[in-house]
Amino acid sequence: MTGVLPVGLANSTKVIGSVVHSIKEYIMLIQLHEYVSLSILEKALENFKGKIYQKPPLRSSVKRTIRVRSVYEIELLDHFDKYVLVRVLCDPGTYMRKIAHDLGLILGVGAHMRELRRTRTGPFREDESLVRLQTISEALYLWRTSGRDELLRRVILPVEVSIVHLPKIVIMDTAVDAIAHGADLAAPGVVMLTNNVKANSKVALFTLKGELVALAKALKEAEEIAKMEKGIVAKTNRVIMPRGIYPDVWKRRKKSIGVF
Amino acid sequence: MGLIEKGLEFLDKITEKAGYKNTWIKIREADTSPDYGTLPYARRIEDLIQFGVINLDKPPGPTSHEVVAWVKKMFNISKAGHGGTLEPPFRGVGISQGDWCSSCWIS
Repeated sequence: MTGVLPVGLANSTKVIGSVVHSIKEYIMLIQLHEYVSLSILEKALENFKGKIYQKPPLRSSVKRTIRVRSVYEIELLDHFDKYVLVRVLCDPGTYMRKIAHDLGLILGVGAHMRELRRTRTGPFREDESLVRLQTISEALYLWRTSGRDELLRRVILPVEVSIVHLPKIVIMDTAVDAIAHGADLAAPGVVMLTNNVKANSKVALFTLKGELVALAKALKEAEEIAKMEKGIVAKTNRVIMPRGIYPDVWKRRKKSIGVF
Repeated sequence: MGLIEKGLEFLDKITEKAGYKNTWIKIREADTSPDYGTLPYARRIEDLIQFGVINLDKPPGPTSHEVVAWVKKMFNISKAGHGGTLEPPFRGVGISQGDWCSSCWIS
């Protein structure tokens, strides 16, 4: 199976897991075990639109209980002899192999998945940012031997790209180092936020320069946070910003209290 | 353009490129100092590696896990991780080859 596989380097390993639970798109080649006409095929594919029930296949790494997944789009791209090419846009955790198999059952002829290519995982798509292993190797070689980093800069995307699908909060410079030390975000530290921030769900914290500071769990809805003057707004889960990059205002304040 | 405008433009740009949208609620005025931190796209190359992701086109054959191990080795970094496994194709190939071999033995 080929296609979009986002890889987090070094520190970004911490956040790359959050793209696992985002929308997926696949191009799949199905082989039917007998020829089926186009009109019957199109009708059969309609059955997969919307909510479907799936039991994970025998060889899978999750618990094998029936689960519900949504298929947002299923499009017949091509049809030749016993081969069917489809594009599927679906929830994470939908098994393509199962869809191919189930299509065979619906048609009554049997079918299996021949090839699969992932064309989207949340924010990552099959576009000019998609690179092959060979390109990475070439970019590293150029950088290491001649110090030229243009290709490497095209190959590596900033970590921020991998969490654009999450709700966001932009915080004050003075709050950054406290968060980097693991503190929770308090209301006065908030500069602005997106309106899709939901209570008890994931949120990404950014500096005013657009750097990712940490992933956190929002405790209130966006509108509520906007009205708050004090109190904790989000609980910090995963810190990406190293300590000491931004000044530790909170420590200094403590010291000055000690002096007086 | 100031640092804040550049920072926010960056966030909006990468969000829109990925097919999502930010609708901001502004709460208070603030400023950011150029003395610390940096715009994400202006990071030093060493920092970019530490805070970078690769949109990798996985080749067929190896597992996602193997591919990540290779990338880790290429960059000579201690950690790397991937988002969402893409299982390798045709797990049956090895088995069918086994069948072929054994039939050779019989004949």
